[in-house]
Amino acid sequence: MSDFNEAFSAAFALILSFESSLAEIVGLSLQISLIAVLLASLIGLPLGAALAVFRFPGRTTLVVILNALMGLPPVVVGLIVYLILSRSGPLGTLGLLFTPTAMIIAQTILITPIIAALTRQSTETLWNEYAEQFSSLGTPPKETVIALLWDNRFSLVTTILAGFGRASAEVGAVMIVGGNIDHVTRVMTTTIALETSKGNLALALGLGVILLCLALGVNAAAFIINEAAIKRHG
Amino acid sequence: MKLAAKFFLISLIAGVTLTGNVSAAERFIVVASTTSTVNSGLFDYLLPKFTSKHGLQIRVVGVGTGQAIRVARRGDADVLFVHHKKSELAFVRAGFGVGRSDVMFNDFVIVGPGKGKGNDPAKVGQTESVISAYKAIANSKSIFTSRGDDSGTHKKSLSIWQTALKMAPSSNGVKWYRETGSGMGATLNIASSMNAYTLTDRATWENFKNKGELKILFEHDPLLQNQYGIIKVNPARHKHVKSKEANTFINWILSTEGQAAINNYRLNTKQVFFANAKK
Amino acid sequence: MDSSANSNIGLKQSQTKGHNILPLKLDNVSYEVNGMRLIKEMSLTLNSGTSTIILGPNGAGKSLLLRLCHGLIKPSDGALTWQGPANANAAQYQAMVFQRPVMLRRSVTANLHFGLRSRGISRAERDQITDEMLQITGLARLAKSPARALSIGEQQRLALARAWSLKPEVLFLDEPTANLDPAATHSLEEIISTIKTTGTKIVMSTHDLGQAKRLADDVLFLYRGRLLENAPADKFFDEPQNDLAQAFLKGELLWWHRQELKPPSEVKYRGIK
Repeated sequence: MSDFNEAFSAAFALILSFESSLAEIVGLSLQISLIAVLLASLIGLPLGAALAVFRFPGRTTLVVILNALMGLPPVVVGLIVYLILSRSGPLGTLGLLFTPTAMIIAQTILITPIIAALTRQSTETLWNEYAEQFSSLGTPPKETVIALLWDNRFSLVTTILAGFGRASAEVGAVMIVGGNIDHVTRVMTTTIALETSKGNLALALGLGVILLCLALGVNAAAFIINEAAIKRHG
Repeated sequence: MKLAAKFFLISLIAGVTLTGNVSAAERFIVVASTTSTVNSGLFDYLLPKFTSKHGLQIRVVGVGTGQAIRVARRGDADVLFVHHKKSELAFVRAGFGVGRSDVMFNDFVIVGPGKGKGNDPAKVGQTESVISAYKAIANSKSIFTSRGDDSGTHKKSLSIWQTALKMAPSSNGVKWYRETGSGMGATLNIASSMNAYTLTDRATWENFKNKGELKILFEHDPLLQNQYGIIKVNPARHKHVKSKEANTFINWILSTEGQAAINNYRLNTKQVFFANAKK
Repeated sequence: MDSSANSNIGLKQSQTKGHNILPLKLDNVSYEVNGMRLIKEMSLTLNSGTSTIILGPNGAGKSLLLRLCHGLIKPSDGALTWQGPANANAAQYQAMVFQRPVMLRRSVTANLHFGLRSRGISRAERDQITDEMLQITGLARLAKSPARALSIGEQQRLALARAWSLKPEVLFLDEPTANLDPAATHSLEEIISTIKTTGTKIVMSTHDLGQAKRLADDVLFLYRGRLLENAPADKFFDEPQNDLAQAFLKGELLWWHRQELKPPSEVKYRGIK
């Protein structure tokens, strides 16, 4: 128990002191994960909705693959991105390895399948209700996808949050492609890993508490906005 | 529409800020180094001194020696700063690096249970050499953890086992020998919770906070000296290597000023790194 | 309501006046699902200028026939052809209202806009038509409400407004009042009558005899997937030719074909031990 007490006091001490280095790490974590979520949503939402609506050969296979990719091990994603972005890899000339951009790419790859697969599932339920009506109206494919995403927006907020949660909590991939460089690619999770390896268990757990609070804050904000929107729009 | 717009806007602002950060970053080089130098806090002490003088940012990627060498081989670093001379020379011979200079040394120590009932079951503290210390651990079948990765520390440990037992023990052969497959810190955490012996570099040990009942039980054997070397990644092999900047850093760390800075670094009031670059 | 509706027939009905797609001819049309024939060899012609009511008990195939005509499902056998000059784009000239209104999760106005946008109608025109529709159907005061917060009667009125706003030459209605109370039914029937006066062909299914009498010009009587009678409304209601139709009109329940119910041979009552 004393470990936990120490962890919480470490967390509070950290928050109260609000060191600039902590702010930097928290800020970088949020930036990277939010951009990754944005990119993954731009790809995953239309992809998921399209998979829910259109019937084509190989669709079932694609759905199964997408569902399986939800369990993609972060370390594997990290390795693949590392090999691609490495100077000796196909995109080596871009010089992106060990930069925040590399971390965004890894997180985007990691969470796009999650967002796409969950979107497909919830959109399909809505599509069952709308299909005949849209067919009768002659709604074009693009309009159909947009309308389904918009009408499903309240449940998609949860989908996007699931993606954000996975992105911000992930350590394996960003460690490999970011390199955990101080002031450049050090984020919450890699700091926790580093402090653990230094035997600073209380500090590591304290950082974990802060990460949890952040996740809680983001989720609470999204929930409140969502509830308000549901009340307004029904 | 409002919610999506808000979300988009926030992400956009974040994105702009981030890319701003990246492009605003000054000149930098990437140094592939080991966890010992990062975890001990040495770089935190050294680098600001260098950067304020030369305006060059040093981005340190701290991994095991073996992995650091692979990172450098692929051209993902400009400078390699590790501690396993044999591998370093092989790296240069294969044409991946240019020149190799001694920078400093620290030493390895054997830590193990040093308090309470389980106090030093192998009596490592009473041995005269690291070889006999290892033999004592093997004979008493006391639990010994090793990193089991490609690190300089693990390679050092294996070479000692080789001399002591004429063979390297393996995890699946004997119950007392455990390879953790992870870094020095993680291995120390495991040793601490299992009251096991392990070989660690002194710097990492000094900065390690979760010692539990572990203590240094054996130290100061010539075999345990741990030499660090620095190598520039070969620009002929990887064209993007920032040769000039890499030279600036290497020259500084080998200079009187850089060497003095290393010797001045104190961890818990103790000197753990000893500069020994050839003049 | 009626008068205000009639005064608003400034709606552009140019396309329906010219009969772009009607008549619709069905030639031996059958529809099967998993080997079950649910529509059996139907042949009929839907002409312009009249309201056709499809009558029959549940399971007769009324909804399927409407969906076949509207093109939502394809016949397993037989041919279904629009005879008018614009038959290549037949879908553009039709609309349908379903038994359970499909409401998009947005405002009443947005629901109307969506239908129009689906047909590629410009923003300015959408605004104008939407306003007009809200006035005619009496939904103006609910314009900004979420569609799914409306009563079921209001929802069905909105669904009808959405379909009508497309100015269809043919409007298919699948038992639109089946779940409504008499007041809501009355208000919906008023709008349907108004739509009819603009020249739109109404094809509507119902099992409500009174409604059929109020709205029908022609009647198709279906029973178990077969078209048993196809006649002008007055003729059908006065002297139906088919014996099942006669029975239906008398209000008899049409299930005497079914196997007689028999109790199980032995009944044991369970007691509490």
